[in-house]
Amino acid sequence: MAEAMASPNPSGGFFHRLANPARFQRLSAWLMPWLVLIALGCFGAGLYYGLYASPIDYQQKDTVRIMYVHVPAAWLAMMSYSTLAISGFVALVWRHPLANVAGAATAPIGAVFTFLALFTGAIWGQPTWGTWWVWDARLTSVLILFFMFLGYIAIHNAFDDQARAGRAASLLAIVGVVILPVIKFSVDWWNTLHQPASVSKLSGSSMDPAMLRPLLIMAVAYMALFGVLLLLRMRLELTRRRVEALQMARAGAATP
Amino acid sequence: MNAFRATLSRDMLIARREGGESLLAVIFFVLGAMLFPLGVGPEGKLLALMAAGVIWVMALLATLLALDRLFQADWRDGTLELMALAPDSLTLIVAAKCLAHWLVTGLPMVIAAPVMALLLNLPPEGWPPLLAALLIGSPALSFIGAICAALIVGARRGGVLMTLLALPLYVPSLIFGAGAVQAAIGGFDASAHLMALGAITLAAIALCPWAAAAALRQAME
Repeated sequence: MAEAMASPNPSGGFFHRLANPARFQRLSAWLMPWLVLIALGCFGAGLYYGLYASPIDYQQKDTVRIMYVHVPAAWLAMMSYSTLAISGFVALVWRHPLANVAGAATAPIGAVFTFLALFTGAIWGQPTWGTWWVWDARLTSVLILFFMFLGYIAIHNAFDDQARAGRAASLLAIVGVVILPVIKFSVDWWNTLHQPASVSKLSGSSMDPAMLRPLLIMAVAYMALFGVLLLLRMRLELTRRRVEALQMARAGAATP
Repeated sequence: MNAFRATLSRDMLIARREGGESLLAVIFFVLGAMLFPLGVGPEGKLLALMAAGVIWVMALLATLLALDRLFQADWRDGTLELMALAPDSLTLIVAAKCLAHWLVTGLPMVIAAPVMALLLNLPPEGWPPLLAALLIGSPALSFIGAICAALIVGARRGGVLMTLLALPLYVPSLIFGAGAVQAAIGGFDASAHLMALGAITLAAIALCPWAAAAALRQAME
């Protein structure tokens, strides 16, 4: 805590200056309404185009609309894990005081996005594949990702010493990064029921623009939502620490 | 290399002095697999289908049993700090401890595996790939598990946490290990699975002691 309160080197870079919690609180307070606006706007537009004003698939009919909720959730699940690993790396290497807070704040959000991807995937799988769940490489690797988020949360709660918990969790996040390429390439390496990548390919997207547009709008909406939740949770944690420090100071002052 | 040899012989000596305690993992391995025929019924065909998977799953769980104690005892009595302070590389010492763990739990499981293959009615063509896969794949379990064991040093509830951290990382070994046996039973070549298993083990031996040593260092900070 004392480390976090120390005033950082004024000549440092942007991230260095962010190490001051008060400065971070100010910046995030300014950023928050914009992110909320973007999230609301994009969710509105994305859901309108996705669920109403986009063509149906010639094979899947209306069930293809699950894609607009499912695919961005899966992207965000992987992005959350990248955030977890990067913040873990930053926490261990540069000892940035906010990196641990960011990691701890990301993990539950990532777990929820992963769960959402699995859940909407099951709902989509029932009409198209005829089953809620198959043990195919993509589904299995995303399920493992879900458990890795849970592992991060569990190890973060397993120590009395907060700094120690942060370091152990950071290292775990870095070790677990091997899962990301496995998820990404699982549809190429194994012959899976899950369809291979169709949005980002070297030969360009193989999706119709009428479907790609709402999908990308939804992706921006999910990302803004991620940003809102992340900043909210980080601000909450910093405030909680501040309250704790003030209570400790008061308790210290009360005892003669 | 001196530190490596010294740590290895020390850990082996401790395992020997503990007597039967270090064999508990193997007993658990056999006992756990014995429950499956009782649970799903002793039908030969069904057991033959499940045998490879059951043996591998039990190998993962039995490895975990002894793993949470890999560093815990040394951490409690301060040995670990002395090891970290020693002029020799902590990575090598950790590698020696992993190897000792494998010799005490992994190798006896490979030796016990034929008995279980017999009990679970594994077809004869599955036997050589099962033994090869366990021999090639089980060191990875000890080495990968060492990272998790190092991470939870000093944690409030080590044992349960250990399973949550390690099992997701064990999945690739399980898939290729059981896959090798299934391929052989199905009349295919098992060597691709065995090579993938070997790659996992070699990568684990190269990288895991290094990561586990980093985890131990930060635990003692």
